[in-house]
Amino acid sequence: MNRRRLSSIRQLTLWRIREFTREPEALFWVFAFPIMLAFALGLAFTSRGPEVVRIAVEQVDGGGQALVTALNGTERVEAVLLDSAEAEYRLRTGRVALVVTPGDPIRLRYDSTRTESDVARLVVGDALQESAGRRDVVEIRDVKVMEPGARYIDFLIPGLIGLNIMGTGMWGIGFGIVKARNDKLLKRLLASPMRRSDFMLSFMLARLFFLGFEVTAVLLFGHLAFDVPVRGSLLAVAAIVVLGAMTFSGLGLLVASRARTIEGVSGLMNLVMVPMWILSGVFFAYSHFPEAMQPFVRALPLTALNDALRSVVLDGAPLLASAGLLALLAGWGGVSFAVALRVFRWR
Amino acid sequence: MCAAAIACRGLVKRYPPDVIAVAGIDLEVRQGECFGMLGPNGAGKTTTIEIIQGLLQPDAGEVEVLGLGWKRHEADLRQRLGTQLQETKLPDKLSVEEAVRLFRSFYRDGNEVADVLRMVQLEEKRRAWVGKLSGGQRQRLAVACALVSDPDILFLDEPTTGLDPQSRRQLWGIIADFRRRGRTVLLTTHYMEEAERLCDRVAIVDYGRIIALGSPPELIATLGAEHVVEFALESGSAPDDGQLAALPGVEHVTHDDGKHRLTVGWVHETVPALMKLIDRHGAALSELTTHHATLEDVFLSLTGRHLRDE
Repeated sequence: MNRRRLSSIRQLTLWRIREFTREPEALFWVFAFPIMLAFALGLAFTSRGPEVVRIAVEQVDGGGQALVTALNGTERVEAVLLDSAEAEYRLRTGRVALVVTPGDPIRLRYDSTRTESDVARLVVGDALQESAGRRDVVEIRDVKVMEPGARYIDFLIPGLIGLNIMGTGMWGIGFGIVKARNDKLLKRLLASPMRRSDFMLSFMLARLFFLGFEVTAVLLFGHLAFDVPVRGSLLAVAAIVVLGAMTFSGLGLLVASRARTIEGVSGLMNLVMVPMWILSGVFFAYSHFPEAMQPFVRALPLTALNDALRSVVLDGAPLLASAGLLALLAGWGGVSFAVALRVFRWR
Repeated sequence: MCAAAIACRGLVKRYPPDVIAVAGIDLEVRQGECFGMLGPNGAGKTTTIEIIQGLLQPDAGEVEVLGLGWKRHEADLRQRLGTQLQETKLPDKLSVEEAVRLFRSFYRDGNEVADVLRMVQLEEKRRAWVGKLSGGQRQRLAVACALVSDPDILFLDEPTTGLDPQSRRQLWGIIADFRRRGRTVLLTTHYMEEAERLCDRVAIVDYGRIIALGSPPELIATLGAEHVVEFALESGSAPDDGQLAALPGVEHVTHDDGKHRLTVGWVHETVPALMKLIDRHGAALSELTTHHATLEDVFLSLTGRHLRDE
């Protein structure tokens, strides 16, 4: 590669970087947004003590107060006495997890598909039996653990890094290209001796430039605010995020390769990204989805990226353990890039 | 050395289903001349200049630039041409200097960034963002990005459209300087004044064809007379065309929007006779103007239409 090409790649990359750093809103979405998200979700899911289950006791013929007193005597339940209509309304809207109707037998109404209600059923069942005089036959002793690495925030941080890599890769590249096409700049560049591949390369290089800041910001925040550990090597993390960024740059390039308007490319971006937001285990484990969907979910690039990141960050696994995932990522990136180059519209 | 800078034969470009943007254009631009394509909007000028620059594929016809064809010598040719395209918006967030440096980086040889900024008089603006420039400054920047390669041929597609008169004159100066250094310019315009001031030769283009070709004085000479007298009557009956044509010095009579147009050799012979004629008819003038014939008059006499539909 001669000096002129290097200088041309350098100028193109500088253009990308300047375009971005001179747009304060873009900086917010890339850096501040994921940190705010991590902070909000971290607070919502980690600082809460043992969960208190809210339940209602239905007032029947003036009875029920005794049950409320008995239930509130246990640690994990907060019971209120309500008339039938109000109790029914709160159960339906999810403000109570379960409704107790006094009588013989005592009836418990709840939605068994809600985790919270299931927990309430166990706790209330125990409390009712104990208050009626049941004695335990085996002694059980609780040992409570609260270890960094196994909490929700620990699960979340690598997922947010993956999500951010996908978002900035796709939006950053997609918008940049469609804007240049819209402004007839692509055509102007085509009229110059600029190499087309240098143009594409500059987008990738600019991505790498920002990637370091993005990932470090989120990891550092997780570490400082929530003590989220990085158990594997930082070098392995770097290798994974670079590959991930390249992959989503390729996808971004593909999505933007034909679109003529910002609206058009936004729609396509969402079409590609929203399923991965939901399916790829960013906010919750994808094992929640039915068995039949698992092969599809695992084939998504964001799933592979998140799994590889968690394996290194949380399990401290070596890079090699994620070889399959990384190959899948590279495949997505390579194919998208190749197709994008073929179908790319320059005018 | 007399080889043509640009030669094209039989260019045709269709846009399905039924638009024929270029309907068979033959063109030869000589080394060192400033050649203009003059015509109304939609005449096919932009399509033609983009085909010549290898940005559009013609449906038929051949193009040679600097004696080379696009298929085999694209990389070489791109190094030697400079271009300003219609509607290009250069990167808003770059400074003037950064934008020019970006384009400079694509070329093996060329002018220094500072020199180019001096040529287009944007030195004081070199740190300003492109997005903050006025229309005239932006257009000069676009020309700077074209000049940065020190090109053999400069392509300009409607370089002064939408600019105020002062910005327009500034750009004319820049183009004339380039031409004075012995380089070739191909430009499109729908301003007859621009074509007359800048161009050594002009092709008048209409509906995808060249309908007249020559230097501005040659084209104007085809009218057979150098002046145009236009008048309109307030009241009274108009003299008929036969009577007008019989006036001394009149070469040609036409009507346009209720106005009478006489193409005449000598204004001082025609006008007194015209006044007498109108007097005899008991009519009164509401308007009387005379001007030197222009390319606009050439276009009008060829097509019956104005260059710009105002």
